[in-house]
Amino acid sequence: MNSDLLTILLPTLALTGWALLLLLVDLWIPREHKGITAVLAAAGLAAALGLTLSQGRLPAMTDSTVMVISDGYALFLDVLFLASGLAGVALAHEYLKRANIANGEYYALLLFSVAGMMLMAHAYNLILIFLALELLSIPLYILSGINRPRLESEESALKYFLLGAFSSGFVLYGTALIYGATARTDLPGIFAALQSAPVNPVIFILGAVLLLVGLAYKVSAVPFHMWTPDVYEGAPTPVTGFMAVAVKAAGFAVLGRILMAAFPTVGKDLTPILWALAALTMLVGNLAAITQKSIKRMLAYSSIAHAGYLLMALVPFSNRLVNSDVQASLLFYLVAYALTGLGAWAVVTALEKQNGDGLKLEDYAGLGKSHPWLALAMTVFMLSFTGIPLTLGFWGKFYLFRTAIEGGFTLLAVIGVVTSLISAYYYLRVLMYMYMRAGSPSVERAPWLQVTAVAAALAVVLISFIPNVLLNLAGNSLLLLP
Amino acid sequence: MLLSEVSLHDPVFRLAPLVIFLPLAGVILNLLIGRRLGELGAGLIACLAGAGAFAVSAALAFGLKSSPEGAIVLIWRWFQVGNLDLNWSLKVDTLSVTMMLVVSGVGTLIHIYATRYMHSDVRHHHEPGRYTRFFVFFNLFLAAMMVLVSADNFLMLFVGWEGVGLCSYLLIGFWFEGGEGGLGNARAAKKAFVVNRIGDFGLLIAIFIMLGAFGSLEFSRVFAAAPAVTATAPGVVLAITLFMLLGVTGKSAQLPLFVWLPDAMAGPTPVSALIHAATMVTAGVYLVARSQPLFVQAPLAADVVLWVGAITALFAGTIAVGQYDIKKVLAYSTISQLGFMVAAVGMGAVVAGMFHLITHAFFKALLFLAAGSVILALEEADHGHDLQDAQDMRVMGGLRSRLPVTFWTFLIGALALSGLVPLAGFFSKDEILVAAQQKSPAVFIILLAAAFLTAFYMARQVFLVFFGRPRSGAAEHARENPPLITVPLIALALLSIFGGVLNLPGVHTLEHWLEHSLNVTPAKFVLWIALVSLAVLAAAVTLAWLLYGRKPRATAREADPLAARLGGLYRALEARWKVDEFYSWLVVRPFERAAEFLSSIFDLKLINGLGDGLGALVQSLSTAASRIQNGFVRSYTLVFLVGVTAILAYLLLR
Amino acid sequence: MLENYYPLLVILSIAVFLGFLVVALGVLFGPRRPTARKGAPYESGMVPYGEGRRRISVRYYLIAVLFILFDIEIVFFLPWAVVLRQLGVEGLIGMFLFVGVLLVGFVYVWKKGALEWE
Repeated sequence: MNSDLLTILLPTLALTGWALLLLLVDLWIPREHKGITAVLAAAGLAAALGLTLSQGRLPAMTDSTVMVISDGYALFLDVLFLASGLAGVALAHEYLKRANIANGEYYALLLFSVAGMMLMAHAYNLILIFLALELLSIPLYILSGINRPRLESEESALKYFLLGAFSSGFVLYGTALIYGATARTDLPGIFAALQSAPVNPVIFILGAVLLLVGLAYKVSAVPFHMWTPDVYEGAPTPVTGFMAVAVKAAGFAVLGRILMAAFPTVGKDLTPILWALAALTMLVGNLAAITQKSIKRMLAYSSIAHAGYLLMALVPFSNRLVNSDVQASLLFYLVAYALTGLGAWAVVTALEKQNGDGLKLEDYAGLGKSHPWLALAMTVFMLSFTGIPLTLGFWGKFYLFRTAIEGGFTLLAVIGVVTSLISAYYYLRVLMYMYMRAGSPSVERAPWLQVTAVAAALAVVLISFIPNVLLNLAGNSLLLLP
Repeated sequence: MLLSEVSLHDPVFRLAPLVIFLPLAGVILNLLIGRRLGELGAGLIACLAGAGAFAVSAALAFGLKSSPEGAIVLIWRWFQVGNLDLNWSLKVDTLSVTMMLVVSGVGTLIHIYATRYMHSDVRHHHEPGRYTRFFVFFNLFLAAMMVLVSADNFLMLFVGWEGVGLCSYLLIGFWFEGGEGGLGNARAAKKAFVVNRIGDFGLLIAIFIMLGAFGSLEFSRVFAAAPAVTATAPGVVLAITLFMLLGVTGKSAQLPLFVWLPDAMAGPTPVSALIHAATMVTAGVYLVARSQPLFVQAPLAADVVLWVGAITALFAGTIAVGQYDIKKVLAYSTISQLGFMVAAVGMGAVVAGMFHLITHAFFKALLFLAAGSVILALEEADHGHDLQDAQDMRVMGGLRSRLPVTFWTFLIGALALSGLVPLAGFFSKDEILVAAQQKSPAVFIILLAAAFLTAFYMARQVFLVFFGRPRSGAAEHARENPPLITVPLIALALLSIFGGVLNLPGVHTLEHWLEHSLNVTPAKFVLWIALVSLAVLAAAVTLAWLLYGRKPRATAREADPLAARLGGLYRALEARWKVDEFYSWLVVRPFERAAEFLSSIFDLKLINGLGDGLGALVQSLSTAASRIQNGFVRSYTLVFLVGVTAILAYLLLR
Repeated sequence: MLENYYPLLVILSIAVFLGFLVVALGVLFGPRRPTARKGAPYESGMVPYGEGRRRISVRYYLIAVLFILFDIEIVFFLPWAVVLRQLGVEGLIGMFLFVGVLLVGFVYVWKKGALEWE
């Protein structure tokens, strides 16, 4: 038996096993007591988090079949995924009860999805990457539709599933073409083949582009983003929050891994494409967000826009000189975005009514008066999304733009700054509604949501005073290069 | 508190941060509970904060006696960017502790005085609630000033520099709704702030150049590297020092940026005494003294400093002669005396400059407080409210017998300022004159002329205020103020009398004290110069007596006796050489016109139009972007395919 | 490199060509006399009645999906059984895990009542 494989995947496997058990155990937990399932799920995530952290001293290594890898990059992302999973549980518990959809399957599926993400971070082989992608996506297709009697939720699930299957086809086709060109599916093997063996460039690039497109769908980069607003709006809000943060992070994790470990020699071909994707995503995401009336839809477009910023970090991926900056700024921004995003979605969840009302911008009017702490937290998140100093979002963008400029992509950084400026319009509009419009919003009594929101806001502000700590952490979590 | 030491020879140096934190504690306490404590409590807190800072400074001074090389006390690591490593740490050496002693010592006396003065002042302005606010600002000023003098790097010094500027602004505009047309005081505060900003800009540029050239802002590193940098790039240090000079002219009210200080008299009198006479305005002198190693490397800049100081000393002296406002005379006198100090540090006589800084802090604070006492007495006696301006010397007169303590202390201050042997001012001014005589005869003559004017306008002031007959009902009924006012006066008068002991010829206590921090050239005592300066004093007082003392002004409306004799010249003095009008014509008016153009035509029409247009464009783009979002999976797939096709087409056609 | 695929291209072209050819021949030479009868939907010679689409209980689909799942399990079993000796203990453990996961699904489905047919 391949013992390295087990060592590397131990937290992932443990989480998967726990999820299976949870699925069974939940069958005997009565509907009124689904809180037990939530606690069990959280315990599983926490245990996996402990296992992951205990692996921190593990040397960077791959197993003998070059299927999986363990390095700082993967561990860093594992922590991010597991923490997002915990937030996903905290977001959901009260919401599910309120929406009368307290199904235990939610937690098991969430755990499966997190396991898929962790597998994604560790995957070192295109086949395994595809498997991980499916493992993370399929539970989410179901989760989007878990609010079943509601048409929007079903529509959202169907759309997500159809387009997701469509994009999976691209990933698979890309993998096949790359295999056809290089006769390898493991990332270091592809890298080596590109350097030594004769490789058909047309077939290889075609494969690489198709793979890229498939993953661009997952991170909702323009023009492969069309599903995002509809799915995010229709899915139950905690699921949306989890998707917007964790799925995006997983997509970028694997995108960064593939680009930097396997494709650095074809930067000449891929960089312009990434450049265009990043620029388009930033522009379209931010522009479309302006006219949105629903906060959920606005945040959906905002998540598209942030995918653009994250893509910007990857544009100079083939430049070995800035490689560590690329990774560090990518990971840093993922953390900043995750904290901000989870917090913002927690606030949105707290304001949503049982029948799905409370999601319009007008519903936030007067929040500053009636719930000053919640409004303050939301203010922090909006400022962080915009990238205003004294928030983590500022440093995230700062490092991102610095990476782009150091990589020689000044124009892209300028587009980033300009679109950030545009984004201030719709983010600050939320503040305007909260503080300058009169209204009496009703907030559901949901202690865990409030805890999540306030903790995230505190983290966003406090870590912004010591950004170096997080940046060093991200910078030291380098991915193993072949 | 995070306290770790870099080099602490004496545990007493650990106390150093308290000089900042005690006043700061006063600020916080008074902010939180001052209003509830009432006047007594708030005043007590403020005074205790000042006295505590003074006690700590004294303890530090004793510590320095045994280990005079001093210490650097780290409070916390501020930030680290690249190679730049900035700490928030205090430099405890003889120079900084000297400044601390002056600031906290004189400051505490003025605090005590202010507890009584502000009691009347807030009632005079019908705003008793503002009593606490005054002491919050006052303590904040002390804290900021302590930051300034205790900084061990230029950035921290700049923080203090801006801090005192802020407090100055707040306190000048303390009665912001008062003054001419209800805007006068606010305008004065704004003017002080804006003019200081010009100087601060210079200092900031100096710091930037320093950062570029030296890669550090710490005093010790910059000064150690100065000779090497001068050897390779002589222009750099020259640029740094010249820009620094711009900062000095702003903060220490030298030509050409002195115009804000006379207007700053709009603040309550204790403010004028503490901030605009004794401490803050001497920050520029301190900066030059502290940066001595830099000025040594740039003799040209040192010469410019010298000439700026000397010319200012004379120029401001002339204006003081033509003023009627009791505080304005003192303000111009302050500018003139600051000119002496700046000239002294410019010519390398740093000890003389610092000496004059200290003695001047004593007697100018005394003069302002005594003037405040006069104003207070007049305001309190002005029952019929027929007094237009309680600061106008023309409505005073004959106060000698009515305010005896104030009179005697004022007289001592005036004589000390004029340089009568053996009062404090005599020794410090004499040292500067000796140094000037050795440096250049022209500067010596200018400073001597300024000294003549000093004695003349001070004598004129004494005669106008205290002699002759009262020229208004208020002056007639004025009565001496209570001890809270007069005791600080007496204390400061004693300091003005005996302040010269600090650096007596032959003993040179201050010189030996400061030689641990500065490069001192031993001062000499030259008998003929002392005699000449005394003769000048005698001549000036005699002239003043002839003009103002022999036949005192009888009514408030009479013209000044000098006006008839000097004609147009006197009118020019009275109008302060129209410097304000000149600046207004040169800078303010064009600026306002440009601003008017930019705001009404450029901004409203062009920029706003552009902004609205862009906004509309973005809105329509946004609408277009969300229109594609029609909800059909088939069109989403289509967009997806179009994207793939576009990428493939790009790869094919590239 | 692409020249290796030349035969594929030839076959593809021939297939496309033949497809077109057959249809074209029918259009060119076949006689056309359309009647109403001929235009009606073909229903194995019977006269069509009712709607073309019929509603089928969703349970059929559920059962069908489950059937496929377990069907594929069998598909996995077969090749595994053939090479079991080469795979050794590792292969056995792997299959037990696979079946275990499937079993969890089975229990879940059972308990949820998806296998009941009221």
